Amino acid sequence: METAMKTPPAHTWDDNAVLSVEHLTMRFGGLVAVNDLSFNVGRGDITALIGPNGAGKTTVFNCVTGFYKPTEGRIVMRHGTGLQSEKIEALTRTGRQFNDDGDDRVFLLERMPDFEISKRAKVARTFQNIRLFGGMTALENLLVAQHNPLMLASSMTIGGILNLPSYRKARAEAIDFAAYWLEKTGLIHRADDPAADLPYGDQRRLEIARAMCTRPQLLCLDEPAAGLNPRESTELNQLLQYIRKDHGTSILLIEHDMGVVMEISDHVVVLDYGEKISDGDPDHVKNDPKVISAYLGVDEDEVAEVEEALDMPVIHGKTDPAENGEGGRS
Amino acid sequence: MNAAPNSGLMAESVKDAAVAALLAAVLGFFFFALRTDIGTGGLDLTYRWGLWFIAIAIVFGVRLLLNLFIFKAKKPITSGVSVSVPPALTTAVGRVIGPVLLMIALTLPFIVMAVYPERDRQFIDLAILIMTYVMLGWGLNIVVGLAGLLDLGYVAFYAVGAYSFALLAQYFDIGFWMALPLAGLLAAMWGIILGYPVLRLRGDYLAIVTLAFGEIIRVVLLNWYEFTGGPDGISGIPKPSFFGLDFSRTGGFADFFGLDYDSIHRFIYLYYIILVLALITNFVTLRLRKLPIGRAWEALREDEIACRSLGINTTNTKLTAFSIGAMFGGFAGSFFATRQGFISPESFTFLESAIILAIVVLGGLGSQIGVVIASVVMIGGIEILRNLGFLKEIFGPDFEPTQYRMLIFGLAMVLIMVWKPRGIISSRNPSAVYKERKKIGSDMVAQGEGH
Repeated sequence: METAMKTPPAHTWDDNAVLSVEHLTMRFGGLVAVNDLSFNVGRGDITALIGPNGAGKTTVFNCVTGFYKPTEGRIVMRHGTGLQSEKIEALTRTGRQFNDDGDDRVFLLERMPDFEISKRAKVARTFQNIRLFGGMTALENLLVAQHNPLMLASSMTIGGILNLPSYRKARAEAIDFAAYWLEKTGLIHRADDPAADLPYGDQRRLEIARAMCTRPQLLCLDEPAAGLNPRESTELNQLLQYIRKDHGTSILLIEHDMGVVMEISDHVVVLDYGEKISDGDPDHVKNDPKVISAYLGVDEDEVAEVEEALDMPVIHGKTDPAENGEGGRS
Repeated sequence: MNAAPNSGLMAESVKDAAVAALLAAVLGFFFFALRTDIGTGGLDLTYRWGLWFIAIAIVFGVRLLLNLFIFKAKKPITSGVSVSVPPALTTAVGRVIGPVLLMIALTLPFIVMAVYPERDRQFIDLAILIMTYVMLGWGLNIVVGLAGLLDLGYVAFYAVGAYSFALLAQYFDIGFWMALPLAGLLAAMWGIILGYPVLRLRGDYLAIVTLAFGEIIRVVLLNWYEFTGGPDGISGIPKPSFFGLDFSRTGGFADFFGLDYDSIHRFIYLYYIILVLALITNFVTLRLRKLPIGRAWEALREDEIACRSLGINTTNTKLTAFSIGAMFGGFAGSFFATRQGFISPESFTFLESAIILAIVVLGGLGSQIGVVIASVVMIGGIEILRNLGFLKEIFGPDFEPTQYRMLIFGLAMVLIMVWKPRGIISSRNPSAVYKERKKIGSDMVAQGEGH
């Protein structure tokens, strides 16, 4: 609440949000993993969701992408521009999952099963521990991602068995599209190699390419830079910038690497113990004392990371870690 | 220099061999040392200490030799024996083996009639049996090999197909060719009905529930006496006709084509029916593999959660795998019914499911050629072991090879699995190629649920 009052309301992500998470609460038995969390993801923005280990970031991701059903709250995905508030309120009252008017559709993700979120709402995701189809080639991985359009083109398999020209054309296009993303991620020379055979950094990029092959409007990346070396990290930044710029895909990412976060994000949301403690542009967040104390209250490695990234040499002298740790938790 | 390690090796080997001999002594005590015969008023106990000691001595000696020369030796004498096949040869063999097998399959009845004129009926019958298992293996391969769902109750669909035809023929007087698609449809429907509850299950639980469903179908067939005839089965199932021509002594196929009547005609005809059915199964499977649905099955086997994140409806995908696999099982079942002319629940026990699954696993999950080789080896092997007369020459007239059939068979299966743990043909062929087709090693490919 405090931060909302301080910052001017004219953030682009509040006027033109592709995704709105509203009062999201997720309980696992007695454990409250996410507590009354609200934030917006701006259209065309790169939004970072950061926070110490166990803050609930991946839980938020799993709620957004339908792998968990939230205990409470609403998650709205918009395909058209603007907030479209009346439409969303009307949809919420009907009990339906999405409304059916043309391209400007709105979706209530908390009501939809996971595969429908990818198929209809066009939200794609990657995983913290890479989940590729290891025994299939890089190309096949990207073709699986185009399952739904190809299924339609094969007239639910019947046209495919008869090998109709319309299916052959769709198949060639799908391979071209896959080749395009393999090119973009620098994996085209490994197109016919099994995914499990690729080095770790390549697997991370292949997973992003696979997610992009579903033609998403929102791409959710769970720690895309984990385990990458500095050069690969830089390449990843360029790739994400390219995706945002040339494809107009909005990106929501979880990241621990502050270098990546501060360099490419337009908007940073900080979680701690399942609650939002800061929300704003990178400059605002890195100067927010709540953020600094949250990181201080957790573990030293991450403190060092934050200090390095934020160019804040003397924190230890100024504040009492224990007190600030408390502050972060409340 | 050499003496010390050698004596160490010797001591170690003797110790190990002694432990093995002790185990053999304990285990063999009741089998070799004691023998009970039914005598007057109870059992007569005889002692066979000599046999027991010989068994222990053999274990000790063989174990010692293996230790000295193979297990613990620095240079095992087997190291020179390992066979290395050049990869160029294997790919060449891989390319020609399919067409060669197809040519053999197409001309088999005539080859058999030319080579073994006096036993042609028996051999063609065996070929029909093998071909039935090839078809069942290919059908199950869709569920287990491609979609990675371990199905221990596949015989249920075989039974549904067989009983569908038998009951349709009995109650509605429907012929084989009319009943065949109906049997396939009914089996596919049962595939969906049985598939639905198991969708949420993973791993061992999936295997157990499919096993239970296989048994439920059999038990229902056994106990629903008024409808299915229960343990009496159904007899008088009609034979298939050739465009309306029966294979009867007069006025049938032979008369129409001006041939002398020979009962072999019907066997050849049945052989070609099952061959065509099996080839259709193969064709459809190979086609489906290259289509989005087949790729989705394989993706499901690799990672179900990733599938859902890509917008694939895993429920429908699993159900299609179950139902298409079941449909081919149903076709094979109605062929089985028409070939036998009589069916009873006896034919659809768990052992059948196990044999079909063994064919798929031995052949290599997802491999079509592997299933053919495994069927020939397994079904043909069992039959060959019935006819091993020459072993009597070696082991004396008392030796009955059929008694050792299952033992030899089990040993062969163990050896194949030791030699090729992922099946005879274990590499995977990619379903789409950008530039160059590369085989994917079995260590990369996931096995799916329940393995």
